[in-house]
Amino acid sequence: MSVQDAVDKLKAKFGETVLAVSEFRGETTVVVKKEEIVAVCAFLKQELGFNFLTDLCSIDYLGQAPRFMMVYQLYNIGTHRRLRIKAAVEESDARIDTVSGVWATANWLERECYDLMGIVFNNHPDLRRILMPDDWVGHPLRKDYPVQGPDREPYQGRLQ
Amino acid sequence: MANFETMTINMGPQHPSTHGVLRLVLELDGETVVKATPHIGYLHRGIEKLSEHRTYHQILPLTDRLDYLAPMHNNLGYVLAVEKLLGLTDAIPERAQVVRVLMAELTRLKSHLVWLACHALDIGAMTVFIYCFREREHIMNVYEKLSGARMTSNYFRVGGLSADLPEGIEQEIRQFANDMPGHIETYEGLLTGNIIWQKRIQGNGIISAEDAIDLGVTGPALRGSGVDWDLRRDEPYSGYENYDFEVAVADGCDTWARYHVRLKEMRESCKIIHQALDKLKPGPILADAPKVCLPPKKDVVNTIEGLIHHFKIITEGFKPEPGEVYVGVENPKGEVGFYLVSDGSPCPYRMKIRPASFINLQALPKMVEGSLIADVVAVIGTLDIVLGEIDR
Repeated sequence: MSVQDAVDKLKAKFGETVLAVSEFRGETTVVVKKEEIVAVCAFLKQELGFNFLTDLCSIDYLGQAPRFMMVYQLYNIGTHRRLRIKAAVEESDARIDTVSGVWATANWLERECYDLMGIVFNNHPDLRRILMPDDWVGHPLRKDYPVQGPDREPYQGRLQ
Repeated sequence: MANFETMTINMGPQHPSTHGVLRLVLELDGETVVKATPHIGYLHRGIEKLSEHRTYHQILPLTDRLDYLAPMHNNLGYVLAVEKLLGLTDAIPERAQVVRVLMAELTRLKSHLVWLACHALDIGAMTVFIYCFREREHIMNVYEKLSGARMTSNYFRVGGLSADLPEGIEQEIRQFANDMPGHIETYEGLLTGNIIWQKRIQGNGIISAEDAIDLGVTGPALRGSGVDWDLRRDEPYSGYENYDFEVAVADGCDTWARYHVRLKEMRESCKIIHQALDKLKPGPILADAPKVCLPPKKDVVNTIEGLIHHFKIITEGFKPEPGEVYVGVENPKGEVGFYLVSDGSPCPYRMKIRPASFINLQALPKMVEGSLIADVVAVIGTLDIVLGEIDR
């Protein structure tokens, strides 16, 4: 089954939940509503064979609304197809349901995302910081976190 | 009541068998591990954060410092991702592709030699350690001749290579690839039939194929559980589809199976090295993309175009069009991937590294819980983790 078929099935099943589909350099990205993320992921895994969660991360679009974008890189070990799922997360309600019940891989990756970007995962079994010390204040990968350290001026950009 | 019956101890972060600064909190019932909790982050340098403030060329040396036992694989994954972002993938010259494969396979040997050395040393076989490091030294010498550095090579470039192969290196690599299968037989002679080695690793660290896929385990650890999946064959990059090699798979699901998978991979790497050397023809080593690839030094000092391109690339970098790509490569430890998001500026808006060791380490509690504390050492060895990549 091609990625296009998978996207069509996803659209047929979830309809309004699928917000956008785009393609760049042969990679397909599907944006879905964050409320349905677990249902979408479970469907992709069980029905469409995306049994492998390659990676999970978030992007901080500071100054835009919604501010955060969750990114899930899925892989189908049988057909060697890749699919990227995205879900927007607002700054005022920076939480999304965990997909660690769908793929166990997500456990640590979501902890990392929580640690470095400050997104809270509902129902996560063990949501602690993973790379930074337990008592660290702030989330270093956010765009408003200075690259030189927490008590420094925000980075002004290298080209100015 | 449970607290009176079990004991919690720290293994690491300074324990010699944890291969760096990994700390395991082990809850023990006698000598049996009831619960294992890895604590990581001691080596966190914020490479993803730093990347957002550097040009695409400036990030390359940072990638060496991820999995420092296989730096060229990290370079390769990164340059492939940037090339895909730029749409340059098909413009890479043949010679650069072949040298990339050649060095990637030498690096795989280098990484697997350290794995075997440390794995054996942890279990008590000191001789193998010395032998493996003797062979690794040859690869380090090749690295040094190519790039000037023994570990952090920084040899590949977006669009090709930083320099052509030095004179006489091909014979040296061929000689090494000729000798290596004999050395592997020596290691096998010391280990495979060794009753202590067998008792320590047979039936140790068992993980089923379903669990391994669920936990995202990749590389030899996945193939040791019987999953026939290798990115070099299944999603070929850098011309891997033109090489004849077998993917090593074993279905024992234990440390013994993973040991055989890696030994077979080392033999297959030797085969690929020979094929790459046969394919090596003179030719350009950089793509014809003057706005992306640094011009040769003689053009910089002799031509005005060369000087302008050099100046622009060094001071400003290049600007890929907005978009996002993910590229994964088969690192000796598993799939290492780079997810790049471009907003049209000379620095990536976001770079996420998929660390193979980080995700493989997540399987450790599953593999050690219920086994003896001495087995934990063998499981850390068989997972072949590198803390530089886990903590980034």
